[in-house]
Amino acid sequence: MMAGMKVSGKAWKFGDDVNTDLIVPGKYLELVDPHEMAKHAMEGVDPDFPGKVSEGDVVVGGSNFGCGSSREHAAIALKYVGVGAVVAESFARIFYRNAINLGLPALECPGISEAVSEGDSLEIDLTGGKVVNATTGKELDFVPLPGFMVEVLGEGGLVTYIRNHLDEW
Amino acid sequence: MGYTVSEKILARASGKEEARAGEIVKASVDVAMMPDLTTILAVNAMKAMGVEKIWDTDKVVIILDHVAPASTLLAAEIHRDIRKFAKEQELKHLYDVNSGVCHQVLPEKGHVKPGRLVIGADSHTCTHGAFGAFATGVGSTDMGAILATGKTWLRVPETIKVKVDGRLPDWVAPKDVILHTAGQIGADGATYDALEFAGETIKDMSVSGRMTLCNMAIEMGGKAGIVEPDDKTFDFLNERTDGVYDPVHADDNAVYKSTLNVDAESLEPQIACPHKVDNVKPISEVAGLKINQAFVGSCTNGRLEDLEVAASILQGRSVHEDVRLLVVPASAEVYLQALDSGVIQDLVEAGAMFSNPSCGACFGGHIGLLAPGEVGLTSSNRNFRGRQGSPEAWVYLASPAVTAASAVAGEITHPRDL
Ligand code: SF4
Repeated sequence: MMAGMKVSGKAWKFGDDVNTDLIVPGKYLELVDPHEMAKHAMEGVDPDFPGKVSEGDVVVGGSNFGCGSSREHAAIALKYVGVGAVVAESFARIFYRNAINLGLPALECPGISEAVSEGDSLEIDLTGGKVVNATTGKELDFVPLPGFMVEVLGEGGLVTYIRNHLDEW
Repeated sequence: MGYTVSEKILARASGKEEARAGEIVKASVDVAMMPDLTTILAVNAMKAMGVEKIWDTDKVVIILDHVAPASTLLAAEIHRDIRKFAKEQELKHLYDVNSGVCHQVLPEKGHVKPGRLVIGADSHTCTHGAFGAFATGVGSTDMGAILATGKTWLRVPETIKVKVDGRLPDWVAPKDVILHTAGQIGADGATYDALEFAGETIKDMSVSGRMTLCNMAIEMGGKAGIVEPDDKTFDFLNERTDGVYDPVHADDNAVYKSTLNVDAESLEPQIACPHKVDNVKPISEVAGLKINQAFVGSCTNGRLEDLEVAASILQGRSVHEDVRLLVVPASAEVYLQALDSGVIQDLVEAGAMFSNPSCGACFGGHIGLLAPGEVGLTSSNRNFRGRQGSPEAWVYLASPAVTAASAVAGEITHPRDL
């Protein structure tokens, strides 16, 4: 759930270098319906993921999450399968942009993989730059997103942002 | 303090006196390129933004390449919808399924120029930095905003200089330089950064080789790969463009994040081993590994000089009986040159399969999938698990010369040892 720029949900953990071919394999690139893409979210790593994940859950990645192709399908599939935020040690840049543009918070938080086990409850304060692991009580800080990205996220993504600001853009 | 190529181009594109690494700028896009599989999502995003008409019918280029010609009904529908969209929008530049891979067609048709800002809805858009442009890939929503407004936000990148000096030994190619670089920098070592390639080896390198280098900047997480324009660049461009350029060069006192020095003379052919592009080893450590399929093609290595070197190795020899060799030219222009020079004859006589220009076997689309347990050797740019068919297959990356020699030997082989 994202309320007042906060996200809370259960953690699903993945390793380093989870590339976009793993998040949505190339054979699904012809899909244009986001709900169809969601059925294949994380198929290359955990084909059962769409059945297990609940609305608002948090994907916890290692380093270089989302590397590889520019396919927005990867971020779309995660968003539409219900993921509330992706927190990772680091992101590949196109995935990072795509996620923010879709209104899916992507947060770079060094130390996150150590601090979180699968299934832990996480509370993330996007503007305050804090992740709280409610299961263990552990807290981690991250560098808050730049103002422009907070605005885009706050307005629900780049589509609504551009619609709202077409004249100034 | 001077400026890097990226800082200068992004300052110009955003109408500012100067732009420094780390700054977020709003930049005007000179060329917006979309391949078939990401176009519809971008168009849908543009329409959802409340805009019906693309901002400039001359600056948007669509190239139908990934599934060309359509091999599934869904791809056929996507192509049909794109053609209809292009007509409605009076788009000046739609290159249909007979054209080739977007990153080859875009410069061939004169859309890329030094100093320009090129944005593509494909990660390998960084290829066009080979012509001294700032070129980077984005997703479909970003592209939708560009279609709607002609502008995009970009963080001005820091720059890593890759300085390559010395003569490349026989059978060592630009691909080996970039695989070596990826091994050194790592798959995320250049995330958000630009890579500027400089040095004597780059000066001596063909435009085709420079495209191979810049193409793989993204495999280190890079935002752009850049080679400063010179006479070779202009020789390539002059017959394709109006000849009006705005070339940009780095200042001598530009600030770099770091510099990687590469000694070209000491390189041997390189192999990127599964399942990561930075898992790079010199061929001497991998030679002898049996392969089932070899692929020469893609936006990395599907140009005439790549096909020529493969043909020079295959001429008078045969593809090993346990190996399928696929050769796919990167564009119709390359295809015609290869027909003209007899390269295709040599390849097919040796037992290679030759296919129409497209992304071909590069991304596990419609040609040449690998079965579980099979080993593929490819001149393309990604060896991710599942990239070329089964997640249980093994994909190795190499130069066209090594790929061709290995197709003959049935195992990973240095061309010198054939
Ligand atoms: S040839 Fe391969 S890497 Fe290049 S654009 Fe096509 S699918 Fe992408």
